[in-house]
Amino acid sequence: MNSNNETLLRVDDLVMHFPIYRGVIQRQVGAVRAVDGISFDIKRGETLGLVGESGCGKSTTGRTILQLYKPTSGQVHFEDVDLVHLKGEAMRQMRRKMQMIFQDPYASLNPRMTVEQIVGEPLMVHNVATGKEIQERVAHLLEIVNLNPAFKDRYPHEFSGGQRQRIGVARALALQPSFIICDEPISALDVSIQAQIVNLLEELQEQFNLTYLFIAHDLSMVRHISRRVAVMYLGVIVELADRDNLYRQPLHPYTQALLSAVPIPDPVADAKRKRTILEGDVPSPANPPSGCRFRTRCPIAEARCAESRPEFREVQPGHFVACFFAERFIQ
Amino acid sequence: MPELLLDVQGLETTFKTSEGTVHAVNGVSFGLKEGETLGVVGESGCGKSVTMLSVLGLIASPPGKLNAGKAFFSGQDLISMKKEEIRQVRGAQIGMIFQDPMTSLNPVLTIGRQLEEPLMLHIGMTKQQASERAAELLSMVGIPNAKDRLKDYPHQYSGGMRQRVMIAMALSCTPQILIADEPTTALDVTIQAQIMDLVKRLRDELGMAIIWITHDLGVVAGIAQRVLVMYGGYIIEEASVKDLFANPSHPYTVGLLGSLPRVDEKERGKLYSIEGSPPVLYQKPNYCPFAPRCRWVMERCWKENPVLEPVSPEHRIACWVDIKTGRPR
Repeated sequence: MNSNNETLLRVDDLVMHFPIYRGVIQRQVGAVRAVDGISFDIKRGETLGLVGESGCGKSTTGRTILQLYKPTSGQVHFEDVDLVHLKGEAMRQMRRKMQMIFQDPYASLNPRMTVEQIVGEPLMVHNVATGKEIQERVAHLLEIVNLNPAFKDRYPHEFSGGQRQRIGVARALALQPSFIICDEPISALDVSIQAQIVNLLEELQEQFNLTYLFIAHDLSMVRHISRRVAVMYLGVIVELADRDNLYRQPLHPYTQALLSAVPIPDPVADAKRKRTILEGDVPSPANPPSGCRFRTRCPIAEARCAESRPEFREVQPGHFVACFFAERFIQ
Repeated sequence: MPELLLDVQGLETTFKTSEGTVHAVNGVSFGLKEGETLGVVGESGCGKSVTMLSVLGLIASPPGKLNAGKAFFSGQDLISMKKEEIRQVRGAQIGMIFQDPMTSLNPVLTIGRQLEEPLMLHIGMTKQQASERAAELLSMVGIPNAKDRLKDYPHQYSGGMRQRVMIAMALSCTPQILIADEPTTALDVTIQAQIMDLVKRLRDELGMAIIWITHDLGVVAGIAQRVLVMYGGYIIEEASVKDLFANPSHPYTVGLLGSLPRVDEKERGKLYSIEGSPPVLYQKPNYCPFAPRCRWVMERCWKENPVLEPVSPEHRIACWVDIKTGRPR
């Protein structure tokens, strides 16, 4: 990968709270703390994996970065431009460079539009091409994602799940973005199709020097595609490290439990594994525990974990952990 | 040969759709031994769920139609049974859990009411007895304050807890077979680990046989003793779990395993991908249904559909090719 060390995206203390209204006069009675103060950066050309279980705030993080939600507080810098305070035409210009691929290839394509209209729409909206030129660009884009350009007049329902996801990828590529947020792009697909899409995303990254934020709950696929990985739990990042470091030596008890819960397609290796089975469920993000978010399910929690929130600190070079006891697990 | 608990022979099920008749299950035969856990793997549309629903008489007809097959359970053919008779077997001797615990529970009835119903219906317990047993069952599946929580409605339970309720319900009449259709697919991995752990514990305590349907080869590796791999409405490979993962022999199984990255494995390079997508069969094929996607495909594969044949005593595949040599078997 021809990446350098230039930081493409920087997220500082990002907070996204969704208000809860109750009663006749719709007074705000609380907030769902979907994202509660997270910081990370992404270098140009790299893939950052963002993993966590449902409701941990990983998709909200993606959407807030693209300013699809107005963040409650915090900053997002893309190519050193502050996105949070960007408005109107300036924001529109930035949006060209940042695109998204969605989870559900059935719901994210308009069933009444042809493939050509779907893939060509961003070109039209952003006035980068007209008429004949759109048709040519669309045909080229379909070729890039390995779809037959002759299918351009077909509707989404005429395609299989994997083909639809290719249409979604072509649409994301239309404006030649430098950054793509892949929000669970393969979770809705069959096992044999998942590898096709992941391979396609990797080829495109190499070809166009793309930068990915790859949001997923499948830790095996994230290990395969990412260079660095961040683990989220209940609105906060609990651990962030280079891919190999994180999987070889997870320092946060949640990451350890999460990794040990992933089934391995190998009965011999699976039987030998040490399992940490977490008790109970994830608490509600509307009323998260005090101090460390994970303490209610943590096997090593102590009194101080309830009193203060552990700082997200660099325990080893490039390895960030939000746990008071991270040092215990360094081998 | 030990007596089979469930013996399915030559099952064929089709569905009428506006596009034509879909051949969902095309002659599936398998056996289930007492106390055994059988994994059934395959992608969506491969016929794994339809096979089990056919056995249980749960295929809606029309559009579905069971064209052929027998399923012997303690000497009786489930498929030729009357509706009333099979209803006595379902829920009593054969328990079931499904993928989505929210849609399988009635949202307007309390958990207690739903747990008590099969106990009163199948075992003839009184309301009082059923209520006590229901509380026992809930605590058996690891739900704290079971007695109080009987009064709750499904929406007051989390996804993992709802699936625990489903398991409690399926086990309430101590069935000999538990059929679990993708029971952990809608759950997060840490909750999936809890549920798999629970089912394994209950299996050892109660000694029931389990048929566990899933698309996840990792889950199968963790729970099953023997595995059926399905594709296009056929069983294409059958082996013990160890043998299947150590010596996968059907090109489809090999491809699936190759396309799965593992958490415990370093760099793999490019993932192996099976081109194309799973078929929808409007005709019973007279060729191998995997041939269009197979990289070992030969002339014969287009002319004859292979049948399951042994490669070793406990390991059978439906394939004309020996993938180790690339030549005909």
